[in-house]
Amino acid sequence: MKNFNYARFSAVVKKEMRDYRRKRSIVVTMVILPFLFLIEPVVAIFVVPSTSVVTGAKTYVLLPILYLLLIPSVMPNMLAAFTVVGEREQGTLEPLLTTPISQREFIAGKGAAVLIPTMALTYGIYALFLLATELFAKSVVSSAIFTQGALLVALIVLAPLLASWSIAVGMAVSVRATEIRVAQQLGTLASIPPVILILILAVGVIHPTLSVALIFALVLLAIDVRAIRIVARMMNRERLVTGTKS
Amino acid sequence: MTSHHDAEIQSTNDGAATTASTAAPVSHAPGEPALVVSHLTKRFGDRTAFSDVSFEVARGEVFGFLGPNGAGKTTTVRTLGTLIAPTSGSAIVAGIPLSAENGVEIRQRIAIMPEAPGLYSRLTVTENLEYFAALFGLRQPESRIHDALASVNLADRAQDLCGGLSKGLRQRVGLARTLMSDPEVMFLDEPTSGLDPVAALEVLTLISALREKGVTIFLTTHRLDEAEKLCDRVAILNTTLRTVGSPADLRAQLFHSTLIVRTLVPLKDPGGVFGAIASVSDWHSNEPGRYELAVADIAQAAPQVARGLVGAGADVLAIGENEHSLEDVYLALVNEDRGGKQL
Repeated sequence: MKNFNYARFSAVVKKEMRDYRRKRSIVVTMVILPFLFLIEPVVAIFVVPSTSVVTGAKTYVLLPILYLLLIPSVMPNMLAAFTVVGEREQGTLEPLLTTPISQREFIAGKGAAVLIPTMALTYGIYALFLLATELFAKSVVSSAIFTQGALLVALIVLAPLLASWSIAVGMAVSVRATEIRVAQQLGTLASIPPVILILILAVGVIHPTLSVALIFALVLLAIDVRAIRIVARMMNRERLVTGTKS
Repeated sequence: MTSHHDAEIQSTNDGAATTASTAAPVSHAPGEPALVVSHLTKRFGDRTAFSDVSFEVARGEVFGFLGPNGAGKTTTVRTLGTLIAPTSGSAIVAGIPLSAENGVEIRQRIAIMPEAPGLYSRLTVTENLEYFAALFGLRQPESRIHDALASVNLADRAQDLCGGLSKGLRQRVGLARTLMSDPEVMFLDEPTSGLDPVAALEVLTLISALREKGVTIFLTTHRLDEAEKLCDRVAILNTTLRTVGSPADLRAQLFHSTLIVRTLVPLKDPGGVFGAIASVSDWHSNEPGRYELAVADIAQAAPQVARGLVGAGADVLAIGENEHSLEDVYLALVNEDRGGKQL
């Protein structure tokens, strides 16, 4: 990107990672939540009756797989909502804004610092789910899952896009909020559209195919790009420092 | 991102999307001021933060910016630091015109220490400084950090978590952070606010040491004693700029030179004694045996007064200059703004 300083971007990411590591409650929350989302799909896979798998395997394994998409949709909310208002409450925002960092570098760095652990945990949970399926599920169930190529691709492709959406909304709320608690509560609203989308797919209103996954991916990508640009524009230094816009 | 988007960012934000590479290179002529502020005004809706402010700060000067609460001092610092856009007027900060497009370039050349240093409490002192060194793109950050910590006498606390430091120590870390980038202008906003006298003295000593090194410092403060000790010149702001000058010049502008005379017993005819001395333009006495004489030139008047008193047979206890403090100047100007009410 033109005029984008990657060293400053990396500095923000590195500092955020350090900060997470030092705050045990952040790490614990970050790790526990995805594991909770893993329980339902694993249980669902193990309780699928063998006869049903033979007759309609795809239907039975669809919901557990889609359920995994909730992880990148819900997990980054809290962290993203903390990004700007958290700095303000700590009194670190103004010193930070006095440095040469640009709005885009700041937003990108903060966003990446939430996205990286989110994706690491999301893909880690996916891997655990597939491993558990391969090792412990009935063979008919595991083969039914591993033949769902379109869905597995959708899991991989849609996860960062859903996470980016949640992060963008969380950060937008964080820019405007005056309190961390308010920001985190409002940030959870970001999960509503992905949850509705997953429900629509799960109940069969739209049949999940590779084409549908790709269309969703493209639409989400366009929405994410727009959302990130809006957040960057909202990052007006004067508003952040004084609460009013020039 | 498209160039159109870049243009949007520049027009809607404060120019931070523009990097140093896009700002015009600026060379500094010898003697060029570090700050030139011309008719700068900032309004927030109907409220005027400061209005029509003009002054210059020379390189290497320690410039005090004084004023009561709400006078616009911090807003002025934020404006010159490109955090806030001025409503009107212009400024040149570290040789670069103040504008949205030059935001990054200006911030690269200055350092601002806000009233609260704003440190990351879960990071160590070194980690805090490493972060800002990276944001400023400093080369050899380790040595810069080491030098900055050494200059604020904090080298032995480098690995301490900032959350565990006292307010005074945090303030010193904040100072180290501003020093680290070797800024052309250093803005210190109330650096001793809330500190106990010992911690405040330590911070003042550090600022004094910076002064010796020739760093340009823009110091906002309520504490007139520290401004008087540290600053080459001071400006007094009360929404509008009331005055600018060295403490001595301001005293001379506002107050007549005054001689204080003390005698063992009150003079029988003070009017006759002082009226006969040509260099005394006026006199008054608020207490028996103590006289305040308005004079044009202390050095010329003092010997004449001494001779006059001895000639009149007075038992002189003391003849001395009445030195007005910066506080007297400040109070006189602020009182004037408040319609002469007592503070």
